[in-house]
Amino acid sequence: MEKDILLEIKQLHKSYDDRTVLDGIDLQVHKGEVVVILGPSGCGKSTLLRCINGLEPIQSGEISLDGQSISSAGTQWHLVRQKIGMVFQSYDLFPHITILENILLGPLKVQKRSREEARRQAETLLERIGLLDRKNAYPRQLSGGQKQRVAIVRALCMNPEVMLFDEVTAALDPEMVREVLDVMLGLAKQGMTMVIVTHEMGFARAVADKVVFIDEGKIVEESNAELFFTDPKTDRAKQFLNIFNFDEEKG
Amino acid sequence: MNFGFIVQSLPLYWKAAQLTLTISVWAIALSLLVGFLCSLAIYYRVRVLKSIVKVYIEFSRNTPSLIQLFFLYYGLTQIGLKLEAELCAVAGLTFLGGSYMAEAFRSGLEAVGKTQIESGLSIGLSRAQLVRYVIFPQAFSVSMPALEANAIFLMKETSIVSAVALPDLMFVAKDLIGMYYSTTEALTLLVLFYLLLLLPVSLLLSALERKVRYGQFGN
Amino acid sequence: MASSGINVIFEGSNLLRLLNGLLVTARIALVSVLISGVLGIVLGIVMTSKWKAVRSVCRVYLEAVRIIPILVWLFIFYFTLNLELGGEVVSIMVFSLWGTAEMGDIVRGAVGSLPKHQRESGAALGLTNVQIYRYVIIPQTVRRLLPAAINLATRMIKTTSLVVLIGVVEVLKVGQQIIERSILEVPTASFWIYGFIFLLYFAVCYPVSLLSKRLERKWQS
Repeated sequence: MEKDILLEIKQLHKSYDDRTVLDGIDLQVHKGEVVVILGPSGCGKSTLLRCINGLEPIQSGEISLDGQSISSAGTQWHLVRQKIGMVFQSYDLFPHITILENILLGPLKVQKRSREEARRQAETLLERIGLLDRKNAYPRQLSGGQKQRVAIVRALCMNPEVMLFDEVTAALDPEMVREVLDVMLGLAKQGMTMVIVTHEMGFARAVADKVVFIDEGKIVEESNAELFFTDPKTDRAKQFLNIFNFDEEKG
Repeated sequence: MNFGFIVQSLPLYWKAAQLTLTISVWAIALSLLVGFLCSLAIYYRVRVLKSIVKVYIEFSRNTPSLIQLFFLYYGLTQIGLKLEAELCAVAGLTFLGGSYMAEAFRSGLEAVGKTQIESGLSIGLSRAQLVRYVIFPQAFSVSMPALEANAIFLMKETSIVSAVALPDLMFVAKDLIGMYYSTTEALTLLVLFYLLLLLPVSLLLSALERKVRYGQFGN
Repeated sequence: MASSGINVIFEGSNLLRLLNGLLVTARIALVSVLISGVLGIVLGIVMTSKWKAVRSVCRVYLEAVRIIPILVWLFIFYFTLNLELGGEVVSIMVFSLWGTAEMGDIVRGAVGSLPKHQRESGAALGLTNVQIYRYVIIPQTVRRLLPAAINLATRMIKTTSLVVLIGVVEVLKVGQQIIERSILEVPTASFWIYGFIFLLYFAVCYPVSLLSKRLERKWQS
């Protein structure tokens, strides 16, 4: 049986001045589904995530979450963003407060939850990623991979309905990529709805239910993960995968 | 050195130091206020106001404080704006200090990166909460050293207010030299009293800075 | 009346006298800036010395000059040395002492912040020691210190206005004389004269600080 649609995008257009970045995107994300967005640099995949989270204004089209439009002029973004967790490439923890305070800022100030209850959840999440003993450290005392894991926990602690990951391992030292991807794999297993932009092909194949391939602002191919990697339909997707195969053979 | 003379002059200097300190405190406080508001006008790109602020900053920073003071005290009096000498001194030093404080605040605000703002938004913070919990704490600790340097700078600049006949430390020293030719004593006391005012403030502020930095970033 | 007021600037030889006064101001500023530039570079290099004692002595000099207001330094030098020297020479001395200290600190910062590997990469290319200085070290150091040095120059130009308080006849003093003479016929004289001097200083300092800002932006990347 088909699960409920959680996030739906219809005919999304986005441009900067006269340069079109996204040109009529249609996408459905079902509850519990992991969607990986692939595509060459500059194809608009990061912009798509930023549009979903209201960080970029869109020119036309509709985005809805739980059947409610979140792309109209009067959207209360601070309410919507509580339901959408987002993690960025540049692991931006707030440098002036501790790890625990970073995680609690949203739950306490935005959701007005009790400190006791929010802290219990934060500590459980920190425990799960193995960083509970660092809860009183400041961000600068952590490695890049640790910071990125904390950034994921910070978003999770808001109990979002969907998580967006924007090339979260791209700025990391190769040795730390794995620890972050493992956290994301764990989330996928628990049934979290996720939209992931990444360049890690092996990870994409392992984690994705559905792969969406974007080029020049349009969805070129959309299929289940296994099919996309073993038998891509379009030439451009084939080309794209070949580039990566070549890299792997050489490496 | 005539120690009897020094002892006799002490109360005069003491009183003058109080005036210097009072003017400093007012000038620093008002400069912080003016500077803070100006930096917000620039940071939030408030139309018209932003341009006015920028013109003000250039005039304030590219003209001597003594001329600013003279223009306020003598110039504006003549076209009907009469200000008391004390008020004039505070206004003049605020005109000077406001722009320096504005630059200090602004560089702090600009040091908070776009990605910080976006991660704040992405956890659902409202604009006001973003300012309160993410932007200001970081901006303030970046601005802190410059704000302190400006405070000391303004305290030193108060030495010019003797030029509009305010009986501050400079004025008393000049008076004593003029009346009694006791140059060495008068100048020694002058230096001592300035050190008495400036050294503790300077030490206090650098201790405060360390504390703020530690409190905000852990080391 | 406003129209008669502004004329006080152009009446008789007034404008010429004001500009002559500005010349005195400019002379004091220029000489002090030049002396500070040269001595400051020397001091800055001395401040990067290996010897801790040498560095400490320089540091004490810098902090002593900084903590006391310049006007107080002017008074100290004026009242203890003035008899033979006169206000103008005394001001040049004080400004040079101050400027040298500040310039030294700027040079020290610029030299100290140059990474070691720059010299090594120069050597790796086979450059001689002289060439390393000529093509690698000096150009980079100059880029680091020039904006701050120009900024210091505008601070020194502005501070020259203080010399009126130790009796030097410069632009501000000339302005006061003109105001005193014409205050009865032109009650608004002080507004116009001080306003004019205000703009004169602005006309000198603003372009210089623009230059400093532009260089800084250009060289930052």
